[in-house]
Amino acid sequence: MREVAVVAFAQAPIVRRETERNEVEILLPVVRDAVERSGIPKSEIGFTVSGSCDYLAGQPFAFVMALDTIGAWPPVRESHVEMDGAWALYEAWVRLQHGDVDSALVYAFGKSSLGDVGEVLALQLDPYYLAPLWPDPVSLAALQARAWLEADGHSEREMAQVAARSRASARNNPNAQLAGDFDIDDLLAEPYLVSPLRRHDCPPISDGAAAVVLAAGDLARRVCQQPAWIRGIDHRIEAQALGARDLTVSSSTALAAEKAGVASGPVDIAELHAPFTHQELILRGALGLDGETQVNPSGGALAAHPLMVAGLTRIGEAAQRIMDGVAGRAVAHATSGPCLQQNLVCVLEAE
Amino acid sequence: MSERVYGIKTPIRLEYTYIAGRARSAFLRALAERRLVGERCPQCRRVYLPPTGACPTCGLPTEERVEVSPKGTVTTFCVVNLPFYGQRIQPPYVCASVKLDGADTTLFHLIQDVPAGEVRMGMRVEAVWRPDEEMEASAETIRYFRPTGEPDAPIGLDGEGG
Repeated sequence: MREVAVVAFAQAPIVRRETERNEVEILLPVVRDAVERSGIPKSEIGFTVSGSCDYLAGQPFAFVMALDTIGAWPPVRESHVEMDGAWALYEAWVRLQHGDVDSALVYAFGKSSLGDVGEVLALQLDPYYLAPLWPDPVSLAALQARAWLEADGHSEREMAQVAARSRASARNNPNAQLAGDFDIDDLLAEPYLVSPLRRHDCPPISDGAAAVVLAAGDLARRVCQQPAWIRGIDHRIEAQALGARDLTVSSSTALAAEKAGVASGPVDIAELHAPFTHQELILRGALGLDGETQVNPSGGALAAHPLMVAGLTRIGEAAQRIMDGVAGRAVAHATSGPCLQQNLVCVLEAE
Repeated sequence: MSERVYGIKTPIRLEYTYIAGRARSAFLRALAERRLVGERCPQCRRVYLPPTGACPTCGLPTEERVEVSPKGTVTTFCVVNLPFYGQRIQPPYVCASVKLDGADTTLFHLIQDVPAGEVRMGMRVEAVWRPDEEMEASAETIRYFRPTGEPDAPIGLDGEGG
């Protein structure tokens, strides 16, 4: 495998609702920031790929507008995934394996505030038997949480602890949407939103954007003092029918983690894309993380959850800590679909 | 024999709030005042109308606002002869790209007050606005473009001598 590293990461401050700026205007400074940090002239970046969803924007081919942010002239090599930007990064990594280009720009953007995000996400479900019932993502996650609580004797207190820890960590993240100190008993005294989930168990609705620059081999070493090398990356998906899956575990994450080589060394930090508190606990199990690993130092998806962006942000946040010398080995995870249906695992290491 | 199910109906309707953004908001607000406001790229100096907030060539934010003329030149056009669902104008009618004087990109709009067969590339046209009481922040504030009667202009977009 060709060595590929994250050499730059940038993100927009994540907010509940961007009323002034459209997607392109949010993305412009983020892309510019990432490219400048990379030290690679924009004209020399070999490949560009983005992740977004037209259903969020409510416009067909909304992602094409975002090309204005990169200055596609002379024409550039470009691609797009109708997925979280983490999968765009995977495509960029594959593209860099070809060997003919040495760098790639990956960006993601999403404004969940433009429509009813619960209705929008219902449309990713099976269109014949499930989508016509319009189940919202919180209700589906609650089904999973209930199954998980009952299966292994877990408690809602464990879930509240995840929320409190995430939001406490988010105090150090200037781009987070929700941050602060919360008392576990106070959280547990709150009413249910969809039992067994309380508001703190759920992600905020967010608008945002993020960008990552990848570079291969010598170029990465030349432009970045401490590149975050991608040592393993893999993604797996489970059946579409919720009833065909064991929702209490994440077998796709476990398989992706095995293929990416998570267990071949200690994990200093893990950035997990767990929109719901119980999902972080399921993912820890699937990834085989122990108490030595600091989980979601950024605050994770419970502190800011721009759809299509939150997964790429996990890779960026993990990579940034390696580039900053805070961590030597990190795991980043991204998810897509209801109840952790599809999962990507990325292992990042310092030199 | 049980009857086969050949189809089911699952109506879907989603509602969205459109956020025009900084540049398009300024463009739309100016339309309500019978003005056409584009934005200039700080690097290549092209004036984009309608503006998107970014120069797609340079990948830079465009912040300098530039008012352009309501008069321009037809750079290309087509004659719509096909009826289709939701059509509001009786065919045949002409849709055209109009390069307004002072802009470097073209605006898509209708050409009327002229037989379809007389519309041509290079034809000089001007905006026909809605009456004052119907002005609003909408592309439909311009009803259509009509010929000015000026001599035809040379055609050419940016970099082609236009």
